[in-house]
Amino acid sequence: MHISEGVLSGPVLVSGAVFALAGTAYGLQKLDFDKIPRAAVLSAGFFVASLVHVPIGLSSAHLILNGILGLLLGWAAFPAIAVALILQAILFQFGGITTLGVNTVIMAAPAVVCYLTLGKVVAKGGPMGMAGAFACGFFSVFLSGIIVALALYFTEENFFEAAAAVLGAHIVIMIVEGIFSVMCIEFLRKVQPGMLPGLSK
Amino acid sequence: MITESFAFGQSVIHRLDPRLKVIAGTLFALVAALADRFDVLGAALALAVLMALLARLNPVAVLKRLALVNGLVVFLWVVLPLTYNGPAWFNLGPFTVAREGVILCGIITLKSNAIVLWSIAFFSTMPVATLGHAMNRLKMPTKLVALLLLTYRYIFVLEAEMAQLVRAAKVRCFSPGTNLHTYRTYAYLVGMLMVRAADRGERVHQAMVCRGFSGKFHCLDEMRFNSRDAAWAGFLGALIFFLAIWQWTL
Repeated sequence: MHISEGVLSGPVLVSGAVFALAGTAYGLQKLDFDKIPRAAVLSAGFFVASLVHVPIGLSSAHLILNGILGLLLGWAAFPAIAVALILQAILFQFGGITTLGVNTVIMAAPAVVCYLTLGKVVAKGGPMGMAGAFACGFFSVFLSGIIVALALYFTEENFFEAAAAVLGAHIVIMIVEGIFSVMCIEFLRKVQPGMLPGLSK
Repeated sequence: MITESFAFGQSVIHRLDPRLKVIAGTLFALVAALADRFDVLGAALALAVLMALLARLNPVAVLKRLALVNGLVVFLWVVLPLTYNGPAWFNLGPFTVAREGVILCGIITLKSNAIVLWSIAFFSTMPVATLGHAMNRLKMPTKLVALLLLTYRYIFVLEAEMAQLVRAAKVRCFSPGTNLHTYRTYAYLVGMLMVRAADRGERVHQAMVCRGFSGKFHCLDEMRFNSRDAAWAGFLGALIFFLAIWQWTL
């Protein structure tokens, strides 16, 4: 989910850049040099996985996965997503240099929120863990949609209907991401539980 | 397949110092993003087209990229003129079209395409590895550059792993549809990809440590800023400065 170049106003772009800088700086500070190769290969994995299109009815949507990314990377989600967005901008022209800040916040802030609020619940497992995983997939996309809508609304009040349409179109994706997160997290719990937050060394 | 469609070439733009390209690309994008006058943005778009021509990019590939980028722009053209709260311009069947909504759409269209074209000409005309080295030379945080270079390095590897997993599923007669079985299959695919990525990341780190990695990422690329780069720096600087003056003082 990102906003293309040329749509947002100066103040929105600047505030996005400030938040993204702060988050990225904190994330980099928490990320030891020893952990960088693992974080980089994982975020390359998310980059590739987000290109997969899953069918939804007659249409299809690509996965966003920022909730799971937050659970696996924690605060490092900020620099990892900033880097992924730079790569998307260079390789596919999605997003771009002036919207890099706003788009980083759109994707990374919900990831970190999921990590901080749901990480422990998900790590415990059981029915609560599954509910937490669903909430993680659902609310990461929901929060991203809310930030997109706010960025559009603060740019121009007349973007309200367009922003509401964007948010509405994502309701199905929120549910699909929720289901997907439950299955993906349960898979990781069976195969490699050490990857989930709280259980890693 | 992920490819770097525009990264390699022999044009004048391709041969510029990567640091100059990063700075010129950023400054132009900032000025264009903040501008709001039709004439300034029209000139900016014309300059971006000129730079794309000078970079001798494949026009079909460039137009394909622009078409993708304009998805949101088309969406705004559909929604905004009808929902804008302003004086009506004309009626389109049962709907009223607001003049200011159309003007806003026009500005966004020019702005968006100008920035994207200019960015293709200046950022996408170098491999990501070169961009990383240029960022390192421009004193960006070392960890961020290391993260960028390593992520870029492994995107192609993990793309191949993903393709392998999808192939294995297809061999087992997997055909995607809207059902839980499909979602579960994809969730396990992605989960498996993450497990392999984490393992590979550990191995990469161990291999780096074996080769003496101690927390500093060296970029060996020697970049030379020659007289031709200086001339281009002057020219591009003047263009961007002129656009800024035109927008905010004339």
